[in-house]
Amino acid sequence: METIVRFFSLQDPNVRYVVLGMLLLSVSTAVIGTFSLLRKKALAGDAVSHAVLPGVCLSFLISGQKEIWSLMAGAFVSGLLSLWCVQYISKHSKLKEDASIGIVLSVFFGLGVVLLTFIQHQGNASQSGLDAFLFGKAAVLMPSDVWVMSIVAVVMLFMVYAFYKEFTLFSFDPGFAQSIGLPVQRLEYILTALMVMSIVMGIQTVGVVLMSAMLITPAAIARFWTNQLFRMLILSVVFSMIASVAGAYISFLAPNMPTGPWIVVVLSGMALLSFLVAPQRGIVWKWWQARILKRKTAEENVLKAMYQLGEKENSFQETYTLEDIFSRRAYATVYTSRILQRLHHQGYVIWEQGEAQLTAEGIRKGSLITRRHRLWETYLTQVVNIAPDHVHDDAESMEHLITEELEKKLLEQLKDPSLDPHQSEIPPIN
Amino acid sequence: MHFSDFIIVFTASCIAITCALLGCFLVLRKMAMMGDAISHSVLPGIAIAYLLSNSRDSWVMLLGATAFGILTTLLIEQVHQRMRVQEDASIGLVFTAFFSIGVIIISAYAENIDLDQECVLYGEMVHLPLQSLYWGKQAIGPMAMYNAVVMLLLVLTAIVLAFRRLQVCTFDPGFAVSLGISVSVWHYLLMSLVSFTTVVSFEAVGAILVVAFLVVPSSAAFLLTQRLSHMLVLAALIALFSAVGGYYLAYWLDASIAGCMTCVAGLFFLVAFLSQRLLNKTIPLTKENTGTKAIGIN
Repeated sequence: METIVRFFSLQDPNVRYVVLGMLLLSVSTAVIGTFSLLRKKALAGDAVSHAVLPGVCLSFLISGQKEIWSLMAGAFVSGLLSLWCVQYISKHSKLKEDASIGIVLSVFFGLGVVLLTFIQHQGNASQSGLDAFLFGKAAVLMPSDVWVMSIVAVVMLFMVYAFYKEFTLFSFDPGFAQSIGLPVQRLEYILTALMVMSIVMGIQTVGVVLMSAMLITPAAIARFWTNQLFRMLILSVVFSMIASVAGAYISFLAPNMPTGPWIVVVLSGMALLSFLVAPQRGIVWKWWQARILKRKTAEENVLKAMYQLGEKENSFQETYTLEDIFSRRAYATVYTSRILQRLHHQGYVIWEQGEAQLTAEGIRKGSLITRRHRLWETYLTQVVNIAPDHVHDDAESMEHLITEELEKKLLEQLKDPSLDPHQSEIPPIN
Repeated sequence: MHFSDFIIVFTASCIAITCALLGCFLVLRKMAMMGDAISHSVLPGIAIAYLLSNSRDSWVMLLGATAFGILTTLLIEQVHQRMRVQEDASIGLVFTAFFSIGVIIISAYAENIDLDQECVLYGEMVHLPLQSLYWGKQAIGPMAMYNAVVMLLLVLTAIVLAFRRLQVCTFDPGFAVSLGISVSVWHYLLMSLVSFTTVVSFEAVGAILVVAFLVVPSSAAFLLTQRLSHMLVLAALIALFSAVGGYYLAYWLDASIAGCMTCVAGLFFLVAFLSQRLLNKTIPLTKENTGTKAIGIN
């Protein structure tokens, strides 16, 4: 409890810088990651974050000191160059983008390793810790780092705010964007530059590999929850921020735990959770929807069976045992009594001592399902010209799906038919 | 040349050729980044197996890490197909998650594991001859060399024996299914080979340089030829020359051996790419010329 208070009150200056820095980083990487995900360039970030190494080494070789701005400038240039190479290779050869990303990533990194070892073997004392640029040091963020991060985050947000419409159009449909006269090439440069900028800044904090996760994972999770770009941007920033704070908190509790990997693990956990429960796409959500539909179908089938039994005897006031219902519906199972119980609660059926009787509401519903079934059969035979003995199965599933609107349209188009193709009466609306 | 130099070059060549051969299939299947993903996500497998068996070169570790490689492939496919996350994003999602779990395990048991992410990413080839394999009490040479040879033979056998099947599955999976070939069995076989190769190679050349050997020679070969068999041979040759040339470059520059090998492979790719560009530029030009001539005659 005490540690929670100490962490979240941000008294400790070290905690303050780490949390602030990670939050700023989350904003810029999540925003740019969303655009690169939508442009199907998720792995380009991976290439960039490996490809900054030769730039860092070269700028050290030239300047001879570990001055943060010159290192970042070197990183920025070689990051941009790597993305240009990826594009150039996949545009001017039969290699696909995945291969060109792999080539650029590994060759740039290899070159960087050569330069790094070359520098190390030269014995320049100030080189030590140069490779820390690649592996991240989230736990020891300095105020100056936080300043750099806030500048990047502000620039990022400003650019996205200023070019929101253009970026959106360009990400979803570059062909259309070009055809209405947007400067596609320039937009591409801006987005690329923003991406390289946030990667260069992020690498020093979370490391090469985990940088890719900061770009890809929040956007992928957000994509799962919404279909709207603006909400996706907000959601991915929020997810990324939660994970950052959680990661910082964990490494605050256990100081030998690295911040970056924990942020990624928390993000991945969120992704897993979203895969399970997100609306529309999550596994649990889909399973629940299927279950609801299955229940509804089963209930409507029982009502229909009872209605059709009544039709045969021309009276809907009869009571039926389970066996009677089974005689009508070959698929009926042991679950039928449970279904009848549910129908009893919903007021469609009176189910007492093993005997079931339709209520007025139940008769209405039963006739509705039967009508829709027979209407669909009529429609299939008359309009679609399918043989009458082939239409039953289709109508079995359609009867549960037809809406009131569609039913009206069907009645209109078929001119209120009274008999279906099997010469059964289509119950009128009452 | 010292014996230890020879061992380094020989082992690296075996690894490079193995990776290049497998890489041909990855590049043709547009799965080049799968190699990248697998080479990172074996980290937790390596860490766990290292904790359990307390040594770096044991079969437990190989199996553990290979299992994680296959698990990665499976998960990426599940996330892509079931969750409809686009493919590049699902690759990025899965391998970063595994890699961070690996880093966390390593930092949690830092005093018990002589392993860090830098060694996984870079590899350290100079240490290759240090760990010997023992036959009884007699040291018969470095462990890594034997591993690399076994792996090369394994991959060569698989490719020679199953060449037709791999070819059909790679170029026309639909046709392969209609012939009664189980595409997914061959897919997972290939992926297991890639995982196994990655794990065997990582200590020697590092994860990124495994990716280099998987992708770069095979892509260069892909640009130069239209036949799978030629592509495999060319890729293997490029890999061999990169390994040998890289070693001498490293010797000359006094820099990382694995890094230099990658740079030489990159040079080979550059040459292949430029020659392909030049050819492409000259071919349409001659066509144009004949075209104008034809009009002139008319």
